[in-house]
Amino acid sequence: MTTASLELINGSKYKGISFGFDKNVFGELVFNTGMVGYPEALTDPSYAGQILILTYPLIGNYGVPPKIKEAGLNKYFESEKIQVSGLIVSEYSFYYSHWQAKQSLSQWLKAEKIPALFDIDTRQLTKELRSFGTMSGQIIFGNKKSKFLVRPKPENLVKKVSIQKPIIYQAGKKKIMLLDCGVKNSIIRNLLARNLTVIRVPWDYDFLNTKYQFDGLVLSNGPGDPNDCDLLIGRLKQFLKLKKPILGICLGNQILALAAGGSTYKLKYGHRCQNQPCLNLLNQRCYITSQNHGYAIKSGSLSKPWLTWLINANDKTIEGIKHKDNPFLGVQFHPEANPGPTDTNFIFDDFLNLLK
Amino acid sequence: MKKDKIKKVLILGSGALKIGEAGEFDYSGSQAIKAFKELGIKVVLINPNIATIQTSDYLANRVYFLPVSPDFVCSVIKKEKPDAILLGFGGQTALNCGVALAESGVLKKYKVKVLGTSIKTIKATEDRAEFAKIIKKIGLKCPNSQAVYSVTTAQKAAKKIGFPIIIRSAYSLGGKGSGVVRNDLQLKELAKKSLAFSKQILVEEYLDQWKEIEYEVMRDQFDNCITVCNMENFDPMGIHTGESIVVAPSQTLDNYQYHLLRQVAIKIIRYLGIVGECNIQFALDPKSNEYRIIEVNARLSRSSALASKVTGYPIAFIAAKLAAGCNLSKLNNSITKSTTACFEPALDYVAVKIPRWDLKKFKQVSPLIGSEMKSVGEVMAIGRKFEEALQKAIRMLNIGADGLESSLSQTDKISNPTPQRIFSIAQALFLGKKIDQIHKLSGVDLWFLEKILNIVKIEKKLKTKKINADLLLTAKKFGFSDKQIAKFSGQSEEKIRSLRIRNKITPFVKKIDTLAAEYPAQTNYLYLTYNAGFDDLNFKTKNQVMVLGSGPYCIGSSVEFDWCAVNAAKTLRQLAYKSVMINCNPETVSTDYDECDKLYFEELTLERVLDIYDKENPKGIIISMGGQIPNNLALDLEKNKVKIMGTKAQSIDRAENRHYFSKLIDELKIDQPAWQECLSLAQATNFAKTVGYPVLIRPSYVLSGAAMSIAFNGDELKAYLLKATQVNKKHPVVVTKFITKANEIEFDGVAQNGRLLNWAISEHIENAGIHSGDATIVLPVQNLSFKEEKRITEASAKICQKLKITGPFNIQFLVKDKEIKVIECNLRASRTLPFISKIAKINFVNLATKAILGRKILAVKKPLAIDYIGVKAPQFSFSRLDGADPVTGVEMASTGEVGCLGDTFLEAFLKSILAVGFSLPQKNILISLGGEKNKSDFLESAVILKNLGFNLYTTSETNKYFTSHGLATKKLAKENDSKLPKIKDYFEKRKIELMINVTDEEFVNKIKGDYEIRRKAIDYNIGLITNIELAKTFIQAIAKLKINDLKIKAWDEYI
Ligand SMILES: Nc1ncnc2c1ncn2[C@@H]1O[C@H](COP(=O)(O)OP(=O)(O)O)[C@@H](O)[C@H]1O
Ligand SMILES: Nc1ncnc2c1ncn2[C@@H]1O[C@H](COP(=O)(O)OP(=O)(O)O)[C@@H](O)[C@H]1O
Ligand SMILES: [Mg+2]
Ligand SMILES: [Mg+2]
Repeated sequence: MTTASLELINGSKYKGISFGFDKNVFGELVFNTGMVGYPEALTDPSYAGQILILTYPLIGNYGVPPKIKEAGLNKYFESEKIQVSGLIVSEYSFYYSHWQAKQSLSQWLKAEKIPALFDIDTRQLTKELRSFGTMSGQIIFGNKKSKFLVRPKPENLVKKVSIQKPIIYQAGKKKIMLLDCGVKNSIIRNLLARNLTVIRVPWDYDFLNTKYQFDGLVLSNGPGDPNDCDLLIGRLKQFLKLKKPILGICLGNQILALAAGGSTYKLKYGHRCQNQPCLNLLNQRCYITSQNHGYAIKSGSLSKPWLTWLINANDKTIEGIKHKDNPFLGVQFHPEANPGPTDTNFIFDDFLNLLK
Repeated sequence: MKKDKIKKVLILGSGALKIGEAGEFDYSGSQAIKAFKELGIKVVLINPNIATIQTSDYLANRVYFLPVSPDFVCSVIKKEKPDAILLGFGGQTALNCGVALAESGVLKKYKVKVLGTSIKTIKATEDRAEFAKIIKKIGLKCPNSQAVYSVTTAQKAAKKIGFPIIIRSAYSLGGKGSGVVRNDLQLKELAKKSLAFSKQILVEEYLDQWKEIEYEVMRDQFDNCITVCNMENFDPMGIHTGESIVVAPSQTLDNYQYHLLRQVAIKIIRYLGIVGECNIQFALDPKSNEYRIIEVNARLSRSSALASKVTGYPIAFIAAKLAAGCNLSKLNNSITKSTTACFEPALDYVAVKIPRWDLKKFKQVSPLIGSEMKSVGEVMAIGRKFEEALQKAIRMLNIGADGLESSLSQTDKISNPTPQRIFSIAQALFLGKKIDQIHKLSGVDLWFLEKILNIVKIEKKLKTKKINADLLLTAKKFGFSDKQIAKFSGQSEEKIRSLRIRNKITPFVKKIDTLAAEYPAQTNYLYLTYNAGFDDLNFKTKNQVMVLGSGPYCIGSSVEFDWCAVNAAKTLRQLAYKSVMINCNPETVSTDYDECDKLYFEELTLERVLDIYDKENPKGIIISMGGQIPNNLALDLEKNKVKIMGTKAQSIDRAENRHYFSKLIDELKIDQPAWQECLSLAQATNFAKTVGYPVLIRPSYVLSGAAMSIAFNGDELKAYLLKATQVNKKHPVVVTKFITKANEIEFDGVAQNGRLLNWAISEHIENAGIHSGDATIVLPVQNLSFKEEKRITEASAKICQKLKITGPFNIQFLVKDKEIKVIECNLRASRTLPFISKIAKINFVNLATKAILGRKILAVKKPLAIDYIGVKAPQFSFSRLDGADPVTGVEMASTGEVGCLGDTFLEAFLKSILAVGFSLPQKNILISLGGEKNKSDFLESAVILKNLGFNLYTTSETNKYFTSHGLATKKLAKENDSKLPKIKDYFEKRKIELMINVTDEEFVNKIKGDYEIRRKAIDYNIGLITNIELAKTFIQAIAKLKINDLKIKAWDEYI
């Protein structure tokens, strides 16, 4: 078995054993505390450019499901490929058992050339990220005294994960334009399940001047800093004036806030888990949500006709916004779940109701 | 409902510990009391289980040590006029009692509001037919089934559904009355039995080898709903969740399955309108995503206690708040103190629960496990690898296994599981069987089997390869103990330990924090693991004292030791020490992280205690509060230079070792039954011949009379000696003259440096020969003369001085013909300590802890003077142990106990007997007495019964004897071929309410047909008394007292 190290820019070093592809990578280190759903998480484009640490120590137990297409989408995954730059776990289960599994996690990682290490004290690592804040690190093979890899040129991560050309998913009469900033398949699936035809367009698509007719706009999740999407934000500012229904999810929520005149900031270590409680301030109901984001809307940065709809019951950060008069919704969490709890699936119904 | 309206709430406890309803309800009740008190609501508690923490004077505002039955609860309601009642915290006992009170209109009449889940919902979940209907109505699936109320309809239903069939009964727990049947004959037999305990049974398709998955769900009245935790049973469907090895969180479910079941759980719970907590069980097809809903338990349960300990989420506490009307999102997570309770814990470890069985304690019991619970306790282990947690858990069981070893299996067939199955699997793998084959036989998921194979592979390596640091580290990561490694590699435990420490291979301490390190934890809920590289603590705390808890509950060691450990920790805080608790039993209060400053949910093995001791560096360690497990560590701990606080290890050894102790008693010139240490059969036979049979064979260092037997002749002596030497080879066997017809006395005391500080003397109602754990005990003594009492006290003081006791101790005496004789001495808290503490209103553990820590204490010079009486009665669980002979003897068999108070002895006695489930016979009593002596002894009592207007039935010899003494009774036949009316038929038709069947120990297994009728009585839920003194006392009591004479007085009203 090959060993490798995980080095943090603060100087910490953890030794691990490789179970993925043996290659050096650099990336932002983030941790997720969910206990199930590694195939979904690994293929979530929001993780692009990041080395993911799973705090649940036993990973790989149920293998990896087959690649089956359904309605043009990878049925059991959130995108076409593994999106994380690297994976860090405590224990990798070499043996897997599940009626659906077609290969092991290790086989999958190797095939997609993603490095992964196990036998690392992921709890200690998480505590370190919790107290220092999110930081970069690298997975390094070989025993040479390593220097830090050249940090990849700052790139627009959204651009990297978005599509090139529009794709249309036919369903009912009503049509949604989906701005793909790194969309998870489950968002599309949820729209299709409500009989909405989805016009999936690249993040920089000019939806103000399009040949497509559509009844509502969905701003997807995606990686990185929402401010990188200035092109999109500018267009959205114009679009808001049309008062057409909008749903922003995760990054899309932040983009919506920025277009509405609000501001965003980077959280110390983000929210990546399946157990974040979100309180609906309008009815005092609390939902358990699945999350994956490093940025948040600054509280108080949005003005009057915009309402804070939901807040995080733990750290009180903004989890959802709404417009008082217009059909605009934004949620910071993932109503499409996958991985995670399905409690807030009703957000899609709320959106559907706006599409009169 | 507004919470400020409720001023006083009545909480129902679960009564004595029994199979299926054990310590978990002490935990849940205690938390409920704390929650209500925090809300400013007065709490009245009814629970006769006197050894519990919930019945402590500092918790509820008022405690009634009365049976949790509709009559008594109704009387308490009349008296206390509570605004509300809580039914979900006292197991099935409380739930069923609540339903009965609602149905009879009592709750309505006295305007008592049911808090939390409504009666309507409770009924919908307990009535299996109703439940199935609801599930179908909301479009979900449960197994194909039919509810029936008679044997013939059961047969019809089975034909329709097709065999194999599982029978399940309503309003029960622990799988009572359930079982798999594969043909009509089996169905008929089981249906008959099940219908004796429950009026409704479900005939259902058997989901062979489906996975069994549980979720714990909380909901508030505002419809906020979360699942605290899910759990996967290692053993598939068909083995009760309480009999299964359970893993949390689930290991083989993917995201879709995990969240599908979670979503279904929430949907059902919302539909049912549960408020508080509930448990939901699923069956999941291993070959698809098909699932079935098995049941909802609309109350706190064994599983919820487990989930609470698994996650650190205080389920019972929060559930009580929700029942009181609180909003879940407004409550705090008590571990982080800064986040909300409305969230779902994220674990960064894996927990494994294993049930603790004690089937060897029962004669003739079936060794198989299935859908009915038989286990008496459980352990939980935490690790960062499944293998690590599993092996830890196996050691925690305290069954002599140092981990999962392939050589420990005996007779288990993997397809017909017994408690040994896990060992059989290891053995089969060791011998080269493939996991697929084992999967076919057992239905255990391949993932788990592969993990066991990992363990087996390392066992092989350890047995064949030279141990180096790498192999050692690997073995430790996979949960091997030093002892196990030593055994496999042919070295000593000490050597492995020092090799390990030299190579810096030591475990790390991690916190359980509910959020996988996302937020800092403010509490110290801890475990150790080798699968880490850093500690979560810095070990700078000073002034710490460690307390060892009880480990798993088993026969002879149960909630009483938890009470002692909790009170010791409490006293430490009072004395400004920091307490560090070690325990591994998820049913306890001592493993609530707010009961001590640091809680290690860990093994009570030498290795682990030393690991923790080395890290924490405490002032010392208290081993006298947790029963026999910590006590047995005394010498080894001392050898490793651990500072034992209290009585010295040497003294403990001198008391525990029967041989040393007997010698010491001789030296002190205190009388004792004649004894001899025997190394050979010849020696034993000679001794027995000299003193005369019967003789008692006792191994050392055991609790609750394990492998202790009475031999009435040479053959028996030979057989028993063999058994005793198998139990514990390290210590010799002592053979003692067995004294018949002696009175047995318990002396419980606390001493400091050999000086007796305080004590209490209690007396057994049964003559010696019934294990003190199975005896009915009364305080203060009733039949002891002043002189005898004085001599007992003096003898105890002498022993105390000789052994330089500091802390709690217990000495048992026999009294016969005015002579007192010592039979044993334990230099630790005893089973009776909570009972006497609560009856005498002197907290002996508090006193003992102070003595241990060297506080100056004035000695009490006078015996106890109270003018009320306390009686402690044992609870048996024979009905749950298929085939077990329900007789008592020198080996303990009871699973729990109650303690009740009265102004007179008979009042307290009768209350306690009712509290363990006896009901007063109304009409028909069957008497069957073995031997002339018992017959003549009982004659007077029989006459009393006759005069009270009872119909007396007898078996032939008893009938003959009574007739010849002028007492006419009706004759019934034990045998099936007799022309007389048969006992069996009378039982089946419920024409007998009580059977008195007494046989002397000598003949108990020899009288033909006796075992069969005793067993039948149990199977048909007929009252049974098998001890002559007990029977006589019972008859005296019913002759003197009517139910209305039993006073409804709270504990604080006895002064
Ligand atoms: N249809 C079934 N097929 C196979 N096993 C079953 C079925 N229903 C129940 N069981 C088994 O019986 C056990 C006890 O049933 P359950 O309804 O949970 O009783 P209790 O209420 O006493 O806990 C379950 O834990 C499960 O293992
Ligand atoms: N010499 C004896 N004569 C009669 N009964 C005895 C004698 N020794 C023990 N017993 C009975 O056996 C029971 C169990 O013995 P004990 O030594 O207390 O075992 P344990 O250590 O398991 O508590 C006692 O409670 C008592 O009833
Ligand atoms: Mg049940
Ligand atoms: Mg059950």
